[in-house]
This record gives sequence, C-alpha cells and structure tokens, in this order.
Amino acid sequence: MTTAPAGAPQRRDTDPRSTDRPASPGRRPMTASRRANRAGLAFVSPTFLVVLVVVVLPIAWTVLLAFQKAKLVDIQGMGLFGNWSLDNFAQVFDSAGFWSSLWTTLLYTAGSTLGSVALGLVAALALRRPFKGRGLLRAAMLLPYVAPVVAVAFVWEVALSPQYGVVNDWGRRLFGWDDPIAFLSTREYEVHLLGLHFDIPLALLTVIVFECWRYFPFAFLFILARLQAVPDTLEEAALVDGATMTQRFRHVLLPQLMPVIALLCVLRFIMTFNKFDDVYLLTGGGAGTDVAAVRVYDFLTARYDVGAAAAQALTLAVVLMILLGLYFKFFGNKVQEEA
Amino acid sequence: MTRKAALTRAQFEERFFGVLRWFVIVFLALITVIPFYYMVLLSLKPIDALLLDPGSLWISAKDFTFSTYQDVLRSTDAGGQGFLKFLLNSALVSLGTVVLTLVAAVPGSYAVSRLKFFGHRQVSALFLAVYMFPATLLAVPLFVIFAKVGLSSSLVGLAIVYVAQTVPVSIYMLKNYLVTIPASIEEAAALDGCSRLQTVRKVILPLALPSLMATGLYVFMIAWNEFLFALLFLAADPDKWTVSLGLAQLSNGIEVPKTVLMAGSVVLTIPVVLLFFAAERLLTEGLTSGADKS
Repeated sequence: MTTAPAGAPQRRDTDPRSTDRPASPGRRPMTASRRANRAGLAFVSPTFLVVLVVVVLPIAWTVLLAFQKAKLVDIQGMGLFGNWSLDNFAQVFDSAGFWSSLWTTLLYTAGSTLGSVALGLVAALALRRPFKGRGLLRAAMLLPYVAPVVAVAFVWEVALSPQYGVVNDWGRRLFGWDDPIAFLSTREYEVHLLGLHFDIPLALLTVIVFECWRYFPFAFLFILARLQAVPDTLEEAALVDGATMTQRFRHVLLPQLMPVIALLCVLRFIMTFNKFDDVYLLTGGGAGTDVAAVRVYDFLTARYDVGAAAAQALTLAVVLMILLGLYFKFFGNKVQEEA
Repeated sequence: MTRKAALTRAQFEERFFGVLRWFVIVFLALITVIPFYYMVLLSLKPIDALLLDPGSLWISAKDFTFSTYQDVLRSTDAGGQGFLKFLLNSALVSLGTVVLTLVAAVPGSYAVSRLKFFGHRQVSALFLAVYMFPATLLAVPLFVIFAKVGLSSSLVGLAIVYVAQTVPVSIYMLKNYLVTIPASIEEAAALDGCSRLQTVRKVILPLALPSLMATGLYVFMIAWNEFLFALLFLAADPDKWTVSLGLAQLSNGIEVPKTVLMAGSVVLTIPVVLLFFAAERLLTEGLTSGADKS
C-alpha cells in the first residue's frame, strides 16, 4: 500500500478523504507508518535537542579543544579552529602522574564495581525470603545510595578521623591499636601478618570500601527484583533432584541472575570510572587516590589549562571505550546467550 | 550410603546458611543505619563533648543541644552559615530540573515505546552514550558556553545541565512503564476521535502517573545531591550556592566545628530521605521494572 507513486492522481480521485482535506500539490496522503515516523521524530525532538545542546556539542568542542593550546583566560575569544597540535597529548602522556593515575583509576573502578555488586548479591540473597521487618530494612538499606554524597562523605571523614573519629577510638578499645590510623591520608600502611610484612594502599582501599558501601544498594535493588521473578518451580525441581543449597544457587539461580549481574557490572564500571565527587570529597585525590577524574578537575582549576584537561578527559573516554569493546567482544555473546 | 551423605550435606548447608543469613542481615542493618545515626548524634552535641569522648555513641542530657542547627540555618548577616538560603536554591534547581526533565522525557519515552520512526532503535543507545563521557569533560565547554550566553553562575544554567544528565534514565524508566500499557486503550481513544497529542495527555499520562512520580523523585534526588557542576558553576557566587556546595565550602573553613558540619549534613540529607521514604516502593519499582528483560 505504500508503493503508490508520490501524488498519484488516480488515487486521489477515488479516495474520498482527500477531497475533504485537499493535500498540498504533489503530496501523497500519509500512511500510518509515515505518520508514526513523523510523530516519533517530533516527540523525540525536545529530548534530542537538550542532549544535543548540552551533551553532544560540548563533547565535540572538547575534542577540538584537546588539539589546541587553550588556557581558560583566552578561550572566550578563540575561534573553533586554532592551531592544531598534539602538544596536549604529549604533555599528558609525559607527565609523571598520568600512568600511575590510570592504574589507580582501574584498581579503584574494578574494586568498587566487584565489591558493590558482590555485596549487593549477598544482600539480595539474604533478604530474598520474607521476614518480619524486611520492608523496613530494605528501605533503610537504600539510604547510602539515596543520601547526598557530600553528607555521607563527611560522615565517613569524621568517623575515620585519627583525632576525634569513632572508628579509631573503638579500634583502640577493642583491638588494642597503638596509634590512631589515618585511613584517608595514609598512602602505604604496613601490616604484619604471620611474620610477613605487607604494604597495603590504605587510602585507596578506604575509598574503594566507601564506594562499595555507597553503591551496593543499587546492585541489591536490581538483583532482588530479578530474584523475585525466578519461577519457584525451577528451584523446586532442583530440590526434588536432591540439589543442596549451594548447588541450587550455582546451577539454578546464578544462571538466571547472570544477565542482570553482567549489566550491573558494566553500568557500575562506567559510572565509577568517571566518578569525581566521592574521591574528591574524601581525600581530595591525595595519598595515592589520584583517580583520573580528579586529575582532570585539577588541570582545570589549578592550572586553568583547558586544552590539557580536555586531552586528559578524552584519553579517559577512549580507554573506557576500549575496555568496554574488549568486554563485549569476549563476554557480550555469552551474556546474551544466557539471557 | 551416598544418599545419606548427600542428605547430611544438604542439612548442613540448610542450617549453616540459615544462621549465616541472620548475621548478614544484622551486618547490613548496622552498616547502613549506623553512619546516619552517627551523623544525627554528632549534630546534637557540642564540639567539646565530641573531643572529650570521641567513642561515645550516645548523648548525655546535659550535652544535648540544638545550637549547631541554629548556627547552620541562621543567615550570614546574623552570624550563621545561611543554609536556609541554600536550601531554597537547591529546592528551586531540583524542582525546576524535575519539571523540565519530565517535559522533555515524556514525549521522548512515548515515542520510543510506541512509535516506529527512523532511528528509534538508536535513540536509547545514543542517550546512554551520554554516560560514557566523564562529567568533567562536559564541564569545560559548558562552562565557557554558559559564560557566553550569560547563564554561568545562574541556577537556570545548572538546571539545564541536570536535565541533560537525567533525561536518559528518565526515558528508560518511563519507557519500561509505557510499554506495559496496552495499545488497545490508545486505539480506542483514536476511534473516539482523539489526536495523538490528546491521547497522550488524556489517556496515557493519567495511566502513567505512578511512573511519572517515580521518575520525578529519582530526578529530584540526582539534582538535589549533585556536586561537581554546582562547584564549577556557582563556587564564585555564595548567594547561589546549593546545599551540597554550601556544605562542602563550609568544611573548608577551619574554624567551623565538626558538629556544625554534621548539622549541615543532616539538613542536606533530610529532605531527600523524607521524600524517599514517602515513595520508596514507587521508586524501587520504577527503577527496576524491566530489569529482568535487559
């Protein structure tokens, strides 16, 4: 029916509707699919406009800026196409902190992602069956995710403080710590265990724990929702076959949960990789926690070097895309099969 | 023989995990509630009491004080920190963001869920790609653009940025709800002579009200809690500070006692937590519906 040539005259004669509503010359009556197409585009345009103006264009401009020498003071009068060069990238790659900061970011992101999803999974399994007060606990457990980051970061900062923090005070009372531990400003903490000495990156571990604590509710929410959609009959069948609890989890529940867990890992990885405020508020990027987003912010606000900041941010985005590309290449299919 | 062994293993696991489960539940309750209890606790005592006994997990009646809250809320002219003003700024930005986001996301999500148009598959991917780029990357050009059009250090500019940050998730949440509304309802409305816009307004929106509220709540939370863009855009202008920014700046002041800081944290947290508890079920269902399909 859509094959009628544009403005087919014989059709216009026989179609009563077109006599009530004379179409502009050369315009064929719209088919349902064309109308849907038009309406769809029209309905999507406000959203598209906002994203275009506030996201796509700025990103495009950042790409241009990354190849130009641009300080914040002279950027106002600058044209779009200045002198192109790779200086900013050379500067970023050569600077001492870049590779270590990338490594820190990866550790931070991987640790926080795995930790928060694992804790969320444990929480969802524990709260799966109803018990008295479950609804209340479920709501309370979402608090770290819902509460403003500035507020919770300060609570942690105060609680972990070596001078007036509750954690160090109780640590001395219960575990006999000799000296207060500065959790957020110790780069390497020496641990003696079974006669062996380890140096652990304490500040980095602390921000990872913070991130796990703050985002496990997110994983918990999604995994619990998926758990409750698993049909009981599957588990009953396994039970009849004599499967123990761990076997039922391993062979029945886990395959069902795998797609949502994989999705959560990807989402959390992207979010944490670009995370700025948590680390900035807790440590300011000091003591071995100089994650990349905080470094970009420092380039911007301490040196007003827009070009270098843009180059650094762009490098990050590229690293993230490569990592995601690898992930989907090796695991994407598997996840889809299991879905 | 083997059968018996299997049974005991099953029984052992049953019992072991039965007990472990309660340990996990108590542990989770403690780690989520104690930090917030600690926050409220510290905000209600004078700083001397905290320094004297940092490990105490309660307040004695003689220490109990509201002076920290007075200090935080009083206007700067009266020697306080002016948080009432910040609360008002945050409320304006957040509510503005909610309204604008819904205005942009409702038609968008309707189109994605109902209409087959050119590129309808790519739309969600495009919007999700927004998250691939660090917010710090966006901040630079936005800062310059806004300076040019005179929107920098204005609450309106901040709200526009928040809209772009929240629209993708809003579309996702709304879409998941809209696809559950049967198409036959719309067809009936069309037969009764409704245009598509009328159908959306008179039929779809009332049906989608719970989802709209959940999405609005989520957007409000994001906007209320946001920190980076507020820091970049508004830091120079204390009259425009949001509560998050005000609190962060307050912590940089050396002479401000930690207990006052905690009072500020409570003030910042309360509105969002109250809203959340009022509509918890709505929000969680709105967020996770369709999670099993993804």
